[in-house]
Amino acid sequence: MSLIACARAIATGAQTATAVTERALSRIVAAEPHLNAMVHVDSDGALAQAARVDAAMAAGGPLGPLAGVPLTIKDLIAVAGLPLTAGSKMLAGYVPARDASVIVRLRDAGAVILGKTSLDEFAMGSTNETAVTGPARNPWDLGRVPGGSSGGSAVAVAAGYGYGSLGTDTGGSVRLPAALCGLVGLKPTYGRVSRSGVVAYASSFDQVGPMATTVRDAARLLAVIAGPCGEDATSRLEAVADYEAACDLPARGLRVGVVRSWLEGLTTETHDAVLSTQRRLEAAGAVTVEVTLPHAHLAVPAYYLIAMSEASANLARYDGVRFGHRAALEPDDDLDTLYARSRAEGFGAEVKRRIIMGTWALSSGYYEAYYDRACRVRRLIHGDLEAALRQCDVILGPTAPSTAWPLGSHTHDPVAAYQMDIYTTVANLAGLPAMSVPVGLSAGGLPLAIQLMAGAFDEATLLRCAASVERDAPALPSAPIALARALSGGV
Amino acid sequence: MQWETVIGLEVHAQLRTQTKLFGAASASYGGAPNSHVDAVSLGLPGALPVLNREAVRMAALAGLATHCDVQLRSVFARKNYFYPDLPKGYQISQFDEPICLGGFLDIESDGTPLRVGITRIHMEEDAGKSSHHAQGSWVDLNRAGVPLIEIVSEPDLRTPEQAVAYLRELRAILVYIGVNDGNLEEGSFRCDANVSVRRKGQSALGTRCEIKNLNSFRGIRDAIHYETARQIRRIEAGEAIVQQTRLWDVDQGRTAAMRSKEEAHDYRYFPDPDLPPLLIDADDLKTWAASLPELPAAKRARFQTTLGLDVAVAQHLCEDPTTADRFERALDEDQSPSRARSLASFLSGRIAGALNKSTRSWLDLDAALSDLAEVHDQWRAGKLSNKMLGDLLAAAFEAEDLFAKALAQARAAVGLLEQDTGELDAAIDRILAANPGQVAAYQGGKPKLLGFFVGQVMQALGGKANAQEVNRKLQERLGDPA
Repeated sequence: MSLIACARAIATGAQTATAVTERALSRIVAAEPHLNAMVHVDSDGALAQAARVDAAMAAGGPLGPLAGVPLTIKDLIAVAGLPLTAGSKMLAGYVPARDASVIVRLRDAGAVILGKTSLDEFAMGSTNETAVTGPARNPWDLGRVPGGSSGGSAVAVAAGYGYGSLGTDTGGSVRLPAALCGLVGLKPTYGRVSRSGVVAYASSFDQVGPMATTVRDAARLLAVIAGPCGEDATSRLEAVADYEAACDLPARGLRVGVVRSWLEGLTTETHDAVLSTQRRLEAAGAVTVEVTLPHAHLAVPAYYLIAMSEASANLARYDGVRFGHRAALEPDDDLDTLYARSRAEGFGAEVKRRIIMGTWALSSGYYEAYYDRACRVRRLIHGDLEAALRQCDVILGPTAPSTAWPLGSHTHDPVAAYQMDIYTTVANLAGLPAMSVPVGLSAGGLPLAIQLMAGAFDEATLLRCAASVERDAPALPSAPIALARALSGGV
Repeated sequence: MQWETVIGLEVHAQLRTQTKLFGAASASYGGAPNSHVDAVSLGLPGALPVLNREAVRMAALAGLATHCDVQLRSVFARKNYFYPDLPKGYQISQFDEPICLGGFLDIESDGTPLRVGITRIHMEEDAGKSSHHAQGSWVDLNRAGVPLIEIVSEPDLRTPEQAVAYLRELRAILVYIGVNDGNLEEGSFRCDANVSVRRKGQSALGTRCEIKNLNSFRGIRDAIHYETARQIRRIEAGEAIVQQTRLWDVDQGRTAAMRSKEEAHDYRYFPDPDLPPLLIDADDLKTWAASLPELPAAKRARFQTTLGLDVAVAQHLCEDPTTADRFERALDEDQSPSRARSLASFLSGRIAGALNKSTRSWLDLDAALSDLAEVHDQWRAGKLSNKMLGDLLAAAFEAEDLFAKALAQARAAVGLLEQDTGELDAAIDRILAANPGQVAAYQGGKPKLLGFFVGQVMQALGGKANAQEVNRKLQERLGDPA
């Protein structure tokens, strides 16, 4: 059942929110030993909210667009009263008093929050393997990564822990796990969704985005969380379009840009997935336009330099002074020891690597060569995208170079891991909306995906094209086979 | 004189906004520790800065009042360093694109005018306050995030007196335009001084030291004197000046090294990605410029030229806008120079003196300014004698009532002189007749004896006589001394 169908079932009285929520919670209990996707489950809070929706329903009161729909939330987003870990030991014991802006909007829409999903530590990773709670498993193959950093959210949705999740996307962290787990994942235009209450990784890239099983589900979630916010100076006033209506528009007349260089370096199946999507869009009446992104090959280094630089400042507040982990100190230890030891103990290796590299890139004498040069590349890439999007309405390409890879593949080669973001970081550098859409399974039974990108604040066109891709692509099984097998006691 | 001191000043002035620069917490001074805080000033995960536009208006006003070019686009940056009273691990400050550039301030020191360049004014947030106790170090974040402007002068100042004149003028301007309360003790107006020395005639600047912890005008003057002497002493002894930050120790009367350039932080400034560039609307800027009040220099000039006040009196009245305003409200319509001069000295002499001896403040007098002016006018017209005025003011200031009421009661009790000419003439007759010797002496060439006769007559009338009238009549009767 899709999120939209679930909302309708509750709104029409066909199901109670309590029954739907209980089913999601028992699904978590059954599957978590195999998947490890949740860092916190709030059964009481979820059931209480479901009961409120049922009471409102009984009273005939107006219901919000997500009334009674159980959802999960990436544990980088503050939910009042639930622990906020950011996937790190550093935030141990920290419980925010206030909801993030996106959570306020979900609650206003009537959503039920099941709990928090695991993530790469501080959202730094593409595989979910840097999470302090250990990696979540891909439900399509329990020996493979779900992608990251919103890996727990992807696994939760794919495994039926509710009907959708909010992830965050800094360099592909919504789209990559969506692709690897057979879901729709959307990164909105920078400024479309408030970042207030979201633990910052790289502030000029971070965006909260929906993950769901259908394009229309993602559209509904986006419509709820999008819009200006007075607590985020980078949020923008642009009007929020009718995203669900956009899903009904045909692809006829859409100009779909294809980047030839992006078809190199892909596995055959991923390559074919992009090409067959292109053919199906053409068959639906879209026109293919070849576009070039001359600087896209510089996206990964530029992205990582800027992201690490911003992260080095964003993570300075985790110092052991006011909240989170503080190292045990001897009476003679000084302030620097408090900082050094707390941070050494609290942060994992990948986070430390990025803080150190970001600090370096901003240092006097290196700033021009690294941070500043990366910003110049960013402007060039932005210019490339603007030029390309004058020739077309959406750009079609891969989300990831391949389907999900085995756990532990890149543990000792961070640069190889960073290269997995080659197709996703472009949208973050340019601040444009992008989404990953599943297009069937590989021969090995793993989800295949394509990526679409559109102009700034044109999520409607992005969703219109994605809906067409979804309609014409081979359908995925209703539940991941590997998980079903594991739950039935098989291997 | 073979040495010259070169001084540049950095002033941190707290803007008088209700809330902090980037959050909703109160920006007011004091309060229980950590009571004026919110998620933003605590640096909680996910808290984001949102710029206080009122602080922008105030910073722009400061620029307009000091002849700066207010930039329609400026940028906030992160200044990175670790300290417990800096919750985010970085301070949000403007760096290479500040809100104001290239202004100046005209000052006068020792009667010589001097134009002091202002390099820039930038906006930034204040840090919190750390204090160290036996039980450990405590942090109070009430001040963290409070809006500041930093006003950086060119190294155009040459003497401690010029430095103080510049600071007094700058402080007066900021208070006049309502952006700062000018309070040095509470630290809402703070100053760091960059001091170097060079041989007279030399154009290159010497190595400078930055002096911090200057929280009074006197401290600033003394510290610069001390630092000048210290640097000259070192150079003359063949030692080099080390570029460093030095703290002024008020008790010891000396500066001491805090950190040297080698130990200086690398702040790793970069544009704050949470804050879009600060854009100012050109029309807003015009509105703000038009809203500027009369500034202290213009007011002083007007007080001198139109009202005929002395330089020192004008200076004193214009040091803060409330004093000037009080004077002008008392002055009201009759602005003749003789009355203005008399009223100014009446207020800063008699009234200030009476205030000093009482428990009242100027604030209490505000409702009775026109009544006080009337008392002054009556005294000046001779309808109140000095003694009567003294009695009247003493009664009014000592009473428990609201001042306006107390003054009215005192005025009613003391009354006005309604000189009975016959009574005065009779008293003069009596006194002159009783003192023939003194009359002869006066007329013989001792004009100072006039005071004796005035005193005798006043005494005879119980103090209730117009002294000027008594003078005039006595001179008439006694004739010119030979």
